[in-house]
Amino acid sequence: MLRYTINRVLLAIPTLLGVAILVFFMLRIVPGDIVEVKLRGDGGAVSQETIEMERQRLGLDKPLVIQFKDWMVGVATLDLGNSMWTERPVMEEILLRLELSLQVAIMATIFAVLIAIPLGTMAALFRDTWIDYLMRIATIGGISIPAFWFGMLIMSGLLAGFNWLPPITFTPIYVDPIANLTQLIWPALAVGYRYCAVTARMIRSSLLEVLSEDYIRTARAKGVYERLVISRHALRNALLPAITVIGLEFTFLIGGLVVTEQVFNLNGIGMLFVQSVSRNDFTLIQGMVMLIAAFYVFVNLLVDLLYAVFDPRIRYD
Amino acid sequence: MSIASSTPPAPTSEIRQPGTYVEFCRQQPLGAISFAIICAMMIAGIFCEWVAPYDPLAIDFASLLAAPSWDHWCGTDAFGRDICSRLIYGSRTALVIGFTSSFLGSSVGAILGIASAYFGGRIDNWIQRVVDVLLAFPIIVLALVVVAAFGKQLLVGIDVNLIFAITLPIVPRVARVVRAAALSVRVMPYVDAARAAGYSHTRIIFRHMAPNVVAPYLIMLTAFVAQAILAEASLSFLGLGVQEPTAAWGLMLSGNAADFYRQAPWMILFPGVAISIAVFAFNLFGDSLRDYLDPRFKV
Amino acid sequence: METRRTVLRHVTGALALGMGGLNLATVQAQAQTPKRGGTLTFAISAETPHYDPHGSDTYATLHFAAPFYSTLLRFNLSKFPEVEGDLAQSWAVAPDLMSYTFKLHPSVKFHDGTPLTSADVKATYERLRNPPQGVVSTRKATFDDIGTIETPDPTTVVFKMKNLNASMLEHFASPWNVVYSAKDLAENPAGPRTKINGTGPFIFVEHVRGSHVSGRNNGSYFKQGLPYLGGWKGVFTLQAAAMLNAVQGGQVLGEFRGISPAERDRLVQAMGDKIRIEESSWTLNLLVCFNVEKKPFDDVRVRRALCMAIDRWGGSQGLSRISTLRSVGGLIRPGSPFATPESELVKLPGFSKDIRKSREEAKKLLADAGVPNLKFTLHNRNLAMPYTPAGIFLVDQWRQVGVEVEHKQFDTAPYLATMNAGNHDVAIDFSNLFMDDSSLGLAKYLSVTRAPENRSRSKDPELDRLYDDHLRERDVEKRKAMIRAFEKRLFEQAYQQPLLWWHRIVPTHKVVMGWKMSPSHNLGQDLAEVWLNT
Repeated sequence: MLRYTINRVLLAIPTLLGVAILVFFMLRIVPGDIVEVKLRGDGGAVSQETIEMERQRLGLDKPLVIQFKDWMVGVATLDLGNSMWTERPVMEEILLRLELSLQVAIMATIFAVLIAIPLGTMAALFRDTWIDYLMRIATIGGISIPAFWFGMLIMSGLLAGFNWLPPITFTPIYVDPIANLTQLIWPALAVGYRYCAVTARMIRSSLLEVLSEDYIRTARAKGVYERLVISRHALRNALLPAITVIGLEFTFLIGGLVVTEQVFNLNGIGMLFVQSVSRNDFTLIQGMVMLIAAFYVFVNLLVDLLYAVFDPRIRYD
Repeated sequence: MSIASSTPPAPTSEIRQPGTYVEFCRQQPLGAISFAIICAMMIAGIFCEWVAPYDPLAIDFASLLAAPSWDHWCGTDAFGRDICSRLIYGSRTALVIGFTSSFLGSSVGAILGIASAYFGGRIDNWIQRVVDVLLAFPIIVLALVVVAAFGKQLLVGIDVNLIFAITLPIVPRVARVVRAAALSVRVMPYVDAARAAGYSHTRIIFRHMAPNVVAPYLIMLTAFVAQAILAEASLSFLGLGVQEPTAAWGLMLSGNAADFYRQAPWMILFPGVAISIAVFAFNLFGDSLRDYLDPRFKV
Repeated sequence: METRRTVLRHVTGALALGMGGLNLATVQAQAQTPKRGGTLTFAISAETPHYDPHGSDTYATLHFAAPFYSTLLRFNLSKFPEVEGDLAQSWAVAPDLMSYTFKLHPSVKFHDGTPLTSADVKATYERLRNPPQGVVSTRKATFDDIGTIETPDPTTVVFKMKNLNASMLEHFASPWNVVYSAKDLAENPAGPRTKINGTGPFIFVEHVRGSHVSGRNNGSYFKQGLPYLGGWKGVFTLQAAAMLNAVQGGQVLGEFRGISPAERDRLVQAMGDKIRIEESSWTLNLLVCFNVEKKPFDDVRVRRALCMAIDRWGGSQGLSRISTLRSVGGLIRPGSPFATPESELVKLPGFSKDIRKSREEAKKLLADAGVPNLKFTLHNRNLAMPYTPAGIFLVDQWRQVGVEVEHKQFDTAPYLATMNAGNHDVAIDFSNLFMDDSSLGLAKYLSVTRAPENRSRSKDPELDRLYDDHLRERDVEKRKAMIRAFEKRLFEQAYQQPLLWWHRIVPTHKVVMGWKMSPSHNLGQDLAEVWLNT
């Protein structure tokens, strides 16, 4: 078990290095950097010397490999550098917005899990009946409706129907819970719908597979109460892959947040990412991608370890 | 798509041989309906010059923001362009991007997965590392970075770099699943035996490995068309996808379309419904295909 | 001026309708006494990367920082473009325009308590014209004509000019030239980028990046009785839809940059008389810019043909309904004192009202130049308003003369980089001025060796000469004639040409009083005279 763990942890390092190289060099392919945007974006008429001076100040004139080395040295010491747009530390910019995005993600997860487990279970137990069909349509709807469109409809609906809008600036939940929740519940719903749908489908198919296993047939033949069969044998085994999905989909929430935060004008990680891409703020983009990748790798690692704990066959692979 | 990292796939013997279309329709009514929708989309997309009532690029300042009427079934947008025609031409954009990205991504992914499984050893290791790196990006994040990095390269009004940006995240996801399918317990003994008997690589791959992989490949292909259409819509909404004045559903929702929600709600209703129906149909079809071909296969 | 006409119309309307009961906000405002206190929350549609207007070219910095600072002079928005004093209590201009003397208010204090003296003004202007290493002064070139800055006593500053510059007084009124403390600048010349210490009506409270900025009433502002507000809060709404929703929902009381006609219609429909709309022509335009270093745009016939193919008069009808583009004009904002009157404008290539004849001539010119079926790429910026409609419009216009155009939009960084490197064929460029003065308006069209913002890369000594001469010309009529001559030459050579001028529409809740409309969104943002009628 220990060997397996160490093996998996060591494997994470070349992955992260690969991500770093990919992101760094990809961003610098197309001409145009942030200095132009900052100094000439709204019609300013600065001379080319001024542009060159600013580029030098931000370190953009050094050869690419040197810039990469400097950045990597920083990453190794957990210093992600400064944003080229605001010249404040990347970590500071990210931490400022992390609380909001994390809260939306957690709220979406809670909403999804609370609804998906009973929904998926029912659909599996009543397979091929109208309950199942209804649930399949509802969940496929969840993964088909674009989250940003759903968000647009929610906002327009609130405005047209109630002439009310969620609060526009963020207050932490411990400062003013009402303002906080009334702002964040809508994006959580918009993002959570999809998350819920994926999880429900996963639980349904996982439960279906488990229910056709031999030991379930045996338990039923023995005359065990159906409810016990379900809760003691089936659900427990079905939940393991479902947990994996929940864990992995959580990282994909970040992708969903990117678009949803635009629609709801939330000052979160997703919004920061889109802004930094449109401003060519390389250090911020790199920093965020590294963090997302590290988070993903970490969650993946946890899930694999969890699997190895519950399924001994994996350990000896 | 969510993929548990090391779930073994179903054994080959459970795959039913595809029967006739009639049998499929009878067993999977939802699948039949979704297939019909997809066919309708494809007809609209291929024959849009004949099907669409107006030129989707024709600006008509006289009838800006017109409500749906007999003249304009879905109304007009801020430039007076007919929305119905733009939806029909948009289905061409969606299908081209969806099919191309999904086909390229799934095929490259399948090749990588099979190579990984068949050759094993160092090749497997290297491919898995690359797959790991690409998998570490959520789809939208990778697509955003690629589009921002490579700029825009237009070909017949459709962004080749956009297709590349959507294809890239598909490859590792398919590679993972195909590799697992190819490595299934049932297949490897046959492969080892055939290798011992001295058969050529191609023969072994096509005879023994590939059949096990066809079902997951087809299922993922359909599923990723849906994902690709959604990804294109999201990217266009963010302004990084298809460019004006090309007709594309996501683009029709971006910019200041939402500003008109009061005067012209049809501007945001119809394109959103179109995207939802298209993605819905492909997802449902993929689901039904999976249920029909291989009910125990979990994607 | 349009705003004046609007006000006049309202007042005459009220009088004509006779008896009271008509609640016209403008009339009320002139009669009421301002109430004190309250917080003004408004939307800012972009976030500034730093706090230093000297080194910025975006309104985002001014909407953020203007309430914290003061300038020597400022524009009198009720009588635009006249100037009035801000820090300067009075000023005197020598008859030969070679010396400007300012007498400062005696009791001005910075927010940290230190008093303002002429040394601070001198340090500020030295920074503006000669920025030290690591500091950017975006409008450095406009101060080249200043010779020396003298401070004979703590409340007097004298600027002695090297060359005569007829536009200099307006530059002292520029909203970007905020006055910093000499002590702060000596400690850290780049300090203002991250630290705010000014003499303005409000004191900086907080800036939560990505969210909002806020300020509170400066109890010891040098203008007695001001400001009225207790405080203000600027919320960053980076999506237009979010901004409109916020205005409609009442979470913000206005947005001071400008919205499009469709957005205005939506607000009026939804909010009725709770919203006040003020309109004016805008000191912004979009231009069509040909890269004269690329074939076939080095041929003046091709350039002129493409300009003549555009139906500006007709197109503006439709475009003004869906976008902020509206007025047809030359190099100076139409409606302002130095603008070319319509009767003369229609004689210039590209501005004729007979579009059929223009287009036929354009086709002939293209055939003469050997490129009857021209194909090229239009390089545009990736902003929905109004770059996208402008691009769509141009593609359609050129289609009508048989020219096939591929429309490509880019984010700001690659958009600018490609143009600066000269890699574009034809581009939509923009001109963002804060005043009508021709010294700014014409600067973009000078030879590229002099003007880095000339993206057509043209070199025309004739234009340079006309510009320099007009700058030194004090007689107003002669100046106008020189501007006309400059415009005529530029349009005949057609290196670049304004497409349409924008139209500014500003929505404010009817409780917001005292804010003054002007043709530039960079002006009038210090909020000193704004009050809330609640």
